[in-house]
Order: sequence, then structure tokens, then C-alpha cells
Amino acid sequence: MQTMLTNTEQPIYLDYSATTPIDPRVADKMIPYITQHFGNPASRSHAYGWRADAAVEAARADVAALVHADPKEIVWTSGATESNNLAIKGAAHFHRKKGQHLITVKTEHKAVLDSMRELEREGFEVTYLDPEPDGLVDAKKFAAALRDDTVLASVMYVNNEIGVIQDIATLGALCHARGALFHVDAAQATGKVDIDLQRLPVDLMSFSAHKTYGPKGIGALYVRRKPRARIEPQMHGGGHERGMRSGTLATHQIVGMGEAFRIARDEMPLENARIRRLRDKLLAGLRDIEEVYINGDMDQRVPHNLNISFNYVEGESLMMAMKELAVSSGSACTSASLEPSYVLRALGRPDELAHSSIRFTLGRYTTAGDIEFAVNIIRQKIQKLRALSPLWDMYKAGVDINSVKWATH
Amino acid sequence: MSYSDKVIDHYENPRNVGTLNTADADVGTGMVGAPACGDVMRLQIKVGKDGRIDDAVFKTYGCGSAIASSSLVTEWVKGKTLDQAMLIKNSEIADELALPPVKIHCSVLAEDAIRAAISDYRSKQELADAGYVACQPTTSAIVAA
Ligand SMILES: Cc1ncc(COP(=O)(O)O)c(C=O)c1O
Repeated sequence: MQTMLTNTEQPIYLDYSATTPIDPRVADKMIPYITQHFGNPASRSHAYGWRADAAVEAARADVAALVHADPKEIVWTSGATESNNLAIKGAAHFHRKKGQHLITVKTEHKAVLDSMRELEREGFEVTYLDPEPDGLVDAKKFAAALRDDTVLASVMYVNNEIGVIQDIATLGALCHARGALFHVDAAQATGKVDIDLQRLPVDLMSFSAHKTYGPKGIGALYVRRKPRARIEPQMHGGGHERGMRSGTLATHQIVGMGEAFRIARDEMPLENARIRRLRDKLLAGLRDIEEVYINGDMDQRVPHNLNISFNYVEGESLMMAMKELAVSSGSACTSASLEPSYVLRALGRPDELAHSSIRFTLGRYTTAGDIEFAVNIIRQKIQKLRALSPLWDMYKAGVDINSVKWATH
Repeated sequence: MSYSDKVIDHYENPRNVGTLNTADADVGTGMVGAPACGDVMRLQIKVGKDGRIDDAVFKTYGCGSAIASSSLVTEWVKGKTLDQAMLIKNSEIADELALPPVKIHCSVLAEDAIRAAISDYRSKQELADAGYVACQPTTSAIVAA
């Protein structure tokens, strides 16, 4: 494995769910399409166009192959944000006469939640389901939320913060039994879980390249053909992508996404086994620290993710202390709102545990050495910050933090 | 989030981390913030016979800016009279540490912590004073006149 990111100046990258580097094999494949084969894939009249078009269609086949779809079911977009917008608003607008009710989950990505909010402003009604404390959606509660006028439900495959995997097959079947469309945000799932759209009862599925070692700014929406899922375009123009998404195709980006997904298909089983061993090593190294809590179910979870709360230590200061590691935190002290992660909140985690959480996400270039180094740093810094923490003092003195009357500010 | 050099310095080398005995009559303790909000500061002062702050210590649960703000004010209050310490403004803390707008609340919390510690100290003294006054009832009559 290359250790391209672990030189001495740069911190060890453990934030693969935020984005991944482009695999050098992907970059190599993209470059000729910036300089040499720069044609517009929509140009039908000359070889430049034909060459670009052939590359776009080969990439479409590679993306489709990873998820067992027909290439004709893949629509290029600028990323999973756009795919989520197109799927949710597109389906709602198309089926508005049939019904005005939608369902989603409180732990979805903002691209889903904010698309839903927009539809509420347009007059739709949205049910936001609470997940169980382990982050999973309860099928009975999901079924109970479905109504005759439900046009679409949207549930993510893999959660970006806690890595839990939803039971898409069961939820999709419930949806279809009530005649509703089912959309799945799979931005964090590709290359991590087997996605078989031949078998899954899913009508629309969102993908992103940059979470799977492809370039940023490119993604795709799967739109089922049999039976056909109908959506209204959100971007109007030259009628590209069978009218569903206008705009000149970004050939080099598309080539990159295709190659990234092809590599994912080839290497997934080995890579996931390797990453799981590293994640378990990380967990084993942290598990015996006092007052640590794992967020999200550990079994129904991708092997790349570990989300842990270190009680009595605030997440942002911990990240600042571990400057040799690039990680992210559920503490939102950085944002103006001061509200901790809405995902951890939706699990019913107390706010102080959400403020104390760190998300570690491992990937293709993580090494055993990285993990050993990380474990040492984390243990050292937790100790340092707890020595600074009045809450740790209180805990050690046997004071119940929850019994204290705090002045909220 | 990028931090100013001063925040980083206070964060990496926090000044005056520690604990004083809350029960001592010459110690004032201020604990402000809330775990659910992501920051809790505990600032303690020890006041000398001359009415000046002899010692100040802190412990803080919170982001780097919260830790730096509380570390800074322990330095600032030492040697000051209580009235002088009461004049420390959150804006001065924020300016000194070059806190960005989203971190201003950390300086507000530090100002609150000073005030809370001073008022805790003063309420202890008042209790002691009250006992003293009770033995000399004429004093208040004179004052009232
Ligand atoms: C679950 C999920 N959905 C959607 C997105 C947005 O993807 P993109 O950056 O491709 O717009 C992300 C990434 O941030 C994600 O994690």
C-alpha cells in the first residue's frame, strides 16, 4: 500500500468519510481526457466527440456494474447532493397529484433533509422518523409512517457520521407494498457494502465519486427502468441524460468516477477485510480508556468507521490536541449554532456526549503504523485534557454531573 | 478552524491549571457554562489580606478558545483588586486572543467566570461580616443616621 498521505508534515488522514484522495490509477486515467481527448461527448459529428462519448459510456457501465444496474439507469450529476435533490424533488414534483406526503429519517445527510424542508415550503408534508438509539431505523415504525398518499421515502444506506448500515431491502419492500417510491442515499456505501439493485427494492439511488477514491464534483443518480421511476428534471437545458439532467458532461470527471468504481468492485472484499482489522485494532487500543462510549451499532456498520465519545473531554479541543491526526468531531463548537451533531442527538445521546465525540474513518491508505501512532496520541491527549477538565474532577469525586444545576447559555 | 498563535500558546501551555480548596474563606470559586453546551469553566481566586488577588487557577472543559480564555484571565486577575478584576471585559479577552466571531462566547464565559468567582468570595466575606456586625448593633444605627 502506498503511504502517500503519511509524510512528516501532514497529519495522518483518518477522515475518509469526509472525502478520499483520488487513487493515482484514477488520476492517470483522467488526465488524457483533460488535455488530449477533450471533445464534447454530445458532439456527434467528429472523432473528438465520439472518443469522449465512448469514454463516458464505458464509465457508465463501470458505475452500473458496481451496483448491478443497467447502464441506462445511470444519470450523471455533480455529486450526491445534486442526486439527492434531483431524486427527492424530482419524484415529489412528478407525483404531486398522487400524493403530498414524504418520509425520511432525522439522521439523513443535509442534502436530503434540506430538500425535504424545501418541499415542505412548497406544501408537501414530511415525516421525520427517529432512529433507534443504535442509529438503525425500526421497520415497524417505518411501516407505520407509510400512508396511502406517501409518494416517496428516503433512507440512507450508510450514515456518514456513525457508519451504520440500514436494512434497505426490508424498508424498500415495505415502501413498495404501499405504492411509494424508495430513494436511497448511497454516497457512503459504494465500495463498502455489496449493492445489488437487481434484488433491492429501490427506485432511486444517489452516488458520489469522491467518497470512493474518485474526483470531487461528480456523482450519479440511479433511476430504475423496470418499473420506471419517473422524476421531473431540476436542471433545464440541452436535454442531456435523457432530459433528466441537462449540462455538458464533464468527461474527465466521469472517467474518474468510472475507474474509481471499477477498482472498488475489484478490490472491495480484500480492502474491507484489511480495513476492518485496522478499525478493530483502533478500537482495541481505545476500549479500556475510562468513560468511552461507542456511537452507533457495531455490527450493522461499515468497517471503516469508528465514532467514539470520550466523556468529559470536548471534541474540538481534542482534535486541536491531536493535530497529528486529521479527524472530525460531532461537537459543533466551530459552528455559530453551538449545537452538537444532530445525528448523535437523534440517537438520543446526551449533548455532552455528542460534544465529546470523535469520528475516525479509515481508508485505502491507512496503515497499521498509522493506527498505532493514533492510539498513542489519543491516549496521551485524553489524559492531558481530562487533567484540565473540571467535569473529570467532579466525576472522580463522585459528583453526578446531571444532578448539577447548570446555567445554560 | 484556524487559531491565533496566542490561543495555541495558551492551549498548549495553559497557565495556572489547578484547584484551590473551595471551602477556604479566602477562596472564591466561579463555575460557569454547561456540559450540554460544550463548555464549563471553573475559575478560582485566592484573595490576600490587602484585598488583592494573590492566586488564580482554572480548569476548563471546552474548545481551544475556551481553554485559552480561561488561562489568560488567570494571568490577568493576579495582583488586581477585586474591583479592578471586575472591570475586565470580554471584548479585551477576545481582542487579546484574536477570537473569531463564533468563539466570542468563550470570552463571555471567561468574564462570567471572573465575576462568579468574585461574587462567591464576596458572599463568603459578607457572611463573615454579617456575623461581626451582629455583635455591634450600634454600627448600623450610626450608618443609618
Ligand atoms: C451521506 C452523504 N450524502 C451526500 C453527501 C454529499 O455528497 P457530494 O459531496 O457528492 O455532494 C455526502 C458527503 O458529504 C454524504 O456523506
